[in-house]
Amino acid sequence: MSILVDENSRVVVQGLTGKEGTFHALACREYGTKVVAGVTPGKGGILHEGIPVLNTVAEAVAKEGANASLIFVPPAFAGEAILEAADAGIRVIVCVTEGIPALDMVRVARALAGREVRLIGPNCPGAISPGKAKVGIMPARIHLPGRVGVISRSGTLTYEAVGQLTARGIGQSTCVGIGGDPIIGTAFVEVLRLFQDDPETDAVLMIGEIGGTAEEDAAAFVKAHVTKPVVGFICGQTAPPGRRMGHAGAIISGGTGTAAEKMAAMRAAGIAVVTSPADMGAAIARVLAAGAAPATKARPAPRPFSPKRQATKPRPSVKAAEAATRAGRSRGKPVRSARKAAGTRRGKRR
Amino acid sequence: MKIHEYQAKGILAEFGVPVPRGRVAATVREAGAIAAELGGTVVVKAQIHAGGRGKGGGVKLAASPEEAERAAAEILGMMLKTHQTGPLGQRVQRVLVEEGMAIRQELYLGIVLDRRMGLPVIMVSGAGGMEIEEVARTRPGAIVKVHVDPATGVRGFHIRKLAFGLGLAGEAQEAFGEFVAALFRAFDAEDCSLAEINPLVITTEGRLLALDAKLNFDDNALFRHPELLALRDLDEESPLEVEALRYNLSYIKLDGSVGCMVNGAGLAMATMDIIKQAGGEPANFLDVGGGASAEQIENAFRILISDPHVKAVLINIFGGILRCDRLAEGVIKAVRTLDVRLPMVIRMEGTNVELGQRMLAESGLNFLAARGMKDAAQKAVRAAQAA
Repeated sequence: MSILVDENSRVVVQGLTGKEGTFHALACREYGTKVVAGVTPGKGGILHEGIPVLNTVAEAVAKEGANASLIFVPPAFAGEAILEAADAGIRVIVCVTEGIPALDMVRVARALAGREVRLIGPNCPGAISPGKAKVGIMPARIHLPGRVGVISRSGTLTYEAVGQLTARGIGQSTCVGIGGDPIIGTAFVEVLRLFQDDPETDAVLMIGEIGGTAEEDAAAFVKAHVTKPVVGFICGQTAPPGRRMGHAGAIISGGTGTAAEKMAAMRAAGIAVVTSPADMGAAIARVLAAGAAPATKARPAPRPFSPKRQATKPRPSVKAAEAATRAGRSRGKPVRSARKAAGTRRGKRR
Repeated sequence: MKIHEYQAKGILAEFGVPVPRGRVAATVREAGAIAAELGGTVVVKAQIHAGGRGKGGGVKLAASPEEAERAAAEILGMMLKTHQTGPLGQRVQRVLVEEGMAIRQELYLGIVLDRRMGLPVIMVSGAGGMEIEEVARTRPGAIVKVHVDPATGVRGFHIRKLAFGLGLAGEAQEAFGEFVAALFRAFDAEDCSLAEINPLVITTEGRLLALDAKLNFDDNALFRHPELLALRDLDEESPLEVEALRYNLSYIKLDGSVGCMVNGAGLAMATMDIIKQAGGEPANFLDVGGGASAEQIENAFRILISDPHVKAVLINIFGGILRCDRLAEGVIKAVRTLDVRLPMVIRMEGTNVELGQRMLAESGLNFLAARGMKDAAQKAVRAAQAA
């Protein structure tokens, strides 16, 4: 089964005709992913590297049956690109773009709340179900089909972890990079739920980092709902407080969000936490070997697939249209320098 | 991005947040002139980005223009040390001279992004002047919070919850409501990551004023606020970090001796962690970005080696798609151009990794190849300790 992306994914690439969009769309297609369309407003009607280019995501859904989207749109317009994909009925949206303003993402997340859509990212490498589909920028060749799920806030550190698994002959069901920003579409908890319910996943490797409380939330969820073995690693154990460590979300502020707190919460929830990033693969090998022993925890009743954002408190829904208008405000204010706008995003060819 | 108090007050005033009368001065004479213009008792406040200025001697009361000049003379040019500056302190280049006032009550008001809820949160407490982290730790019940959806903005019920929580009623509640709404508009319109008024004072005549003000901005949103970029004070930032920013490198200087160069923020943090676990101390955090182009590598090297504490360099590049022969070519060129003499440990992953390693080995330069992160960290730490 795997989660999120598979052989039934029909991907539209938003920002296909840009340098990065083209490079990664072709890499996805080469892997066997069904890349059915690209969207570049104003260029509709052409074929780009054999991929039909359309003006809107709605056309990609109507004409090419797109059900997943991969976004490479510059940060000033990426929030709107996400909303366009959701509006067109896309079910899984992967946003690679780094550098989207946090308050744009607040509005986007509110607009998506309660809708049948799952956003992965932004500022993420995407998702891959090895042997089935790659919807992201991760290097295909390090992956191996198998039964371990991987979730991470990082890009290259995920590749490191996957590399360690593959080197041991341990394959992956799906690897998901959920993104390094403070506001992201899908948190650890939702992906953990999907892996718990996926019959083709036997164990989960979860890679967190300093900043926020998503790892603590994940630990509480694992304790209450996950019967499969989980291995965890938190990077930034030596990071100084108050400094943003590359990712917009990787910052210890007001004394919270430290690696020590997260590791303690995860250990208390029964997660096998490794302190060295070199030990992630070995730890998964250990839990898989131990998995042959009979499980002591009863499996909770399976939950239905729920694409809703996990919230710790009930939140009122907002009119999507209103939020959408506000999120698109970057368009209302002229960007004085296009170069500056693009400059906030770094190269993603890893 | 951070700005000074006087700049923050200038922005807030435009949004209708009431601030004390006053102006910024760079010289003793200007400070005296502003004090004369304001009349009565004034406050002379050092302008540096760090908090805790009062305790460090950076805030003084003056009853006359002459006293204001004396206070400014003491503060301007001083190395002001607070719990938020480094041990050397930060040099004061400007003072804010403001009207003094008789204070009845001091409150705390702050807005930040609550990541878990995915919404801005407004926090207030009656413990004005105290740091909110301290209040949260010692008297968590004293903090009242409301989450605000930017789509609807601040509403009456938000204000009532905050105001009644603080024990404010009647006219004070009304003035407080306008104050909070104005601060939220500023937070939203200027893409703040933090807007903090500490203290928000109520004077004996019943006026509400932002006695202090702190605004931090979301770096990702600066592209649509070119006017804010002009407020950046590079004297308040580490010169190497400023240099790194020019090349789109993410660099943070630390105190150790093992310099590291990594692609990707998570892997860069993990590399720092494993250096520590191998018995060394990382000299920096440095993310060269996903691509790790030859130009990025050269700029990164130049910044790394300008830190005199660096005794060895660890390069950890997990390229995947990246071709290791190209990477090796870039590294060799950078090392020759910059004449780097330090021992360098290279761990790389990607296409053509064997070819890349052979190129490094045959270059005649001081490279040590490593297999995996642990091996790399151990070799780099040994090299730094031997130096």
